[in-house]
Amino acid sequence: MDIINEFRNVLNDPYAYAGEWKKKNGKKVVGFFCSYAPEELVLAADCLPVRLFGTRDNIVHADAHLQSYSCSLIRGALEEALTGRLDFLDGAVFPHTCDSIQRLSDIWRMNMKFSFHWDVVMPVKLNTESAREYMRDVLHDFRDELSSGLGVEISDEKIQEAIALYNRIRSLLKKIYEIRSKFPSVISGSDMHAILRGSMIMDRHELPGRLEKIVEHLEAESANAEDSSAMRLMFTGGICDFPDIFTVIEESGGVVAWDDLCTGSRYFEGSISNAGDPVSAIAERYTSRVICPAKHASVTSRGENITELAKEHDIAGVIFLYLKFCDPHSWDYPYMKEYLDRAGVPSMLLEVEDRLPSEGQLRTRFETFIQTL
Amino acid sequence: MAEETKQKDPGAEERKIKSVKRMKEIMTGYYIDAKTARKNNNKVAWITSGGPVEPLIAMDIIPVYPENYGAMIGASKMGVELCEKAEEMGYSRELCSYARGDVASAIVNGGPIGGLPEPDLLVCCNNICGTVLKWYEIQARYFNVPLFIFDTPISHTNFSDSARKYVRSQIDEYFEVLESVTGEKFNYDKMGEVGKLSVETQRLWQAILDTTMHRPAPMSAFDAFFHLALIVTLRGTQTCIDYYRELLEEMNQRIASGISAVPEEKYRLLWDNLPIWYKTRWLSDKFASHDTCLVADTYTSAWSGSVDMLKEEDFIESMVDGYSRIWLNIGTDIMAEGILKMIDKYDVDGVVMHSNRSCKPYSLGQYDLQKIIMKERNLPTLFIEADMCDERNFSESQVETRIDAFMEIVKEKKASVK
Repeated sequence: MDIINEFRNVLNDPYAYAGEWKKKNGKKVVGFFCSYAPEELVLAADCLPVRLFGTRDNIVHADAHLQSYSCSLIRGALEEALTGRLDFLDGAVFPHTCDSIQRLSDIWRMNMKFSFHWDVVMPVKLNTESAREYMRDVLHDFRDELSSGLGVEISDEKIQEAIALYNRIRSLLKKIYEIRSKFPSVISGSDMHAILRGSMIMDRHELPGRLEKIVEHLEAESANAEDSSAMRLMFTGGICDFPDIFTVIEESGGVVAWDDLCTGSRYFEGSISNAGDPVSAIAERYTSRVICPAKHASVTSRGENITELAKEHDIAGVIFLYLKFCDPHSWDYPYMKEYLDRAGVPSMLLEVEDRLPSEGQLRTRFETFIQTL
Repeated sequence: MAEETKQKDPGAEERKIKSVKRMKEIMTGYYIDAKTARKNNNKVAWITSGGPVEPLIAMDIIPVYPENYGAMIGASKMGVELCEKAEEMGYSRELCSYARGDVASAIVNGGPIGGLPEPDLLVCCNNICGTVLKWYEIQARYFNVPLFIFDTPISHTNFSDSARKYVRSQIDEYFEVLESVTGEKFNYDKMGEVGKLSVETQRLWQAILDTTMHRPAPMSAFDAFFHLALIVTLRGTQTCIDYYRELLEEMNQRIASGISAVPEEKYRLLWDNLPIWYKTRWLSDKFASHDTCLVADTYTSAWSGSVDMLKEEDFIESMVDGYSRIWLNIGTDIMAEGILKMIDKYDVDGVVMHSNRSCKPYSLGQYDLQKIIMKERNLPTLFIEADMCDERNFSESQVETRIDAFMEIVKEKKASVK
């Protein structure tokens, strides 16, 4: 699909895209690493929020600041910054999630001289009235800091426009995911990945139009879709920056029918109310969205969620996809696996350091797993 | 500047700290009380090392510290076995060894006292790290008891008004949880007393740590690691105050008599990060063989670091800053300022950083701290790559070589300054 190629192109060189966008629009680019980043406010400030990942290059400079026992996201991100490849950025926003991102924020702030640095220290627990109120306060503070830092007014109207835009984008992404779940043969995993990832980089105003075209196309395709005989799998984990993994899964007889990933369903889940104070409405989404393991909703919410998703999407097997040294996800593994075991859903664990294992190794692992299903 | 007295060499026996015996008695009694709590109709709460313990004491709940137990597990060299058990349960080897050890210990009743007494309540304060959240969630599922999370937002550059308000409201939440667990109204009167005792304990602890400003130091950081247990577990009790008064007295006597931790103290160093619990004796002896004393550390001082923020006459309100703005819950550059202050206060010749695989908030950023220390004070930093509790991550020969090489640098630098 041509329109998907646009997403692929952006993904191939996101920095070039962001640099050109800057030149064309004369506006600012703000980097972020986490799905808790309040993009809506960044957009309302007329900036382009660009999600950053690790590095495709070797780690050379980051070793002088981060020990090897930290994840490839923070080491890679710092590497990109230190080499100058992120010089197009005007700044970055760091919502509070895990210990590693917390220290990356300090090290980044101490070593890089971007024009802006925003820490948004969101609550870790999300299940009390005090936490809900603090989330609202933190976002109000962020709006003020964005406004004074950038020297722009961020009116309620602008925020409401941003909310409406993000609601559209997210519901379209969700629609695409739902089509994929029902008719896995109409779109490949790597195309799906490109769409998600591209949506975290591209001009958000252009996104709904592009995503709508994709939905139209996929709906048309699904009318004649063949039944897929592939084993229905689900990823659970943090970030997935591995487009190739989908191809290997598909060649091994599987298909990723849904996911519980920071860069997957948790990225688009949850719409924002357009009633009342817009900043508080945004806060509500981040407070009630399905959590990542660095947050707390209840002691069993993630186990329950993964079990429900597996049932809802008729999942034959779950793949825990973790970055090595990702503590929050790693801590949840035994109990989430136990929930899946009890529900009769087999699972496997794939830990990735910075690159996927060789294709051959990966294929063997997936084929072996899929055969047991 | 450090004061000086003439150093005496009274021999190893006299150099031993006498108060240690009393300390061991107190800790034994404490753990016996904790383990027999249920029989005596007392409630037990597990709490994180940076958590606000005073309200528990005010409500006659016995506080138990899995992290203190983790230190004991490390010191008794039981860490590897328990960590391996946790790995069998599916917990990655890269995870915090305190937490791995405790999760396993709960299942097998492991560690030096055969497991910790079961909690009636879990109190998790994340001012030290995010791992405690996951650790305590695991134990909440395992023991099926209430979990109270005291969420203290980090001050990267400052402590916001919004965060202050949030933390203050959680103190009220905390009191409500304690009421619900005990069935009693929150005892504000006792809280007031406990608050005063807590502040006094912290002042005493700081005074003890300050004695090592003296040249030679009457005790070392390795001694502080041992004596730390009381301020962690019994903060806010008269027992703790009485003991630290005794210990402070002994330190002052040692200073007066010229008894030092290291027989011939020529070089003074600052330790950063948690102790390497299973190697404290070895490290102490190793540095002593270089006439070197680790005179201070950033870890033990964290338990009295907030004392200026705490107010006896308004303890509850002051808990907000006192528990939020602790050593690890601040930006790396703010920690750098603190380290430079300690370098000056204790007049050290270098810094030893334990790059602790188990503790990301403490370890990530150390490389930048090293650069700042060199730039601002022209002092060398030694990195010891290890883990606080899991001995598999410690390579004795490698560390030995590094220490020797580092001490050469320290000696050269010091000689060239004269």
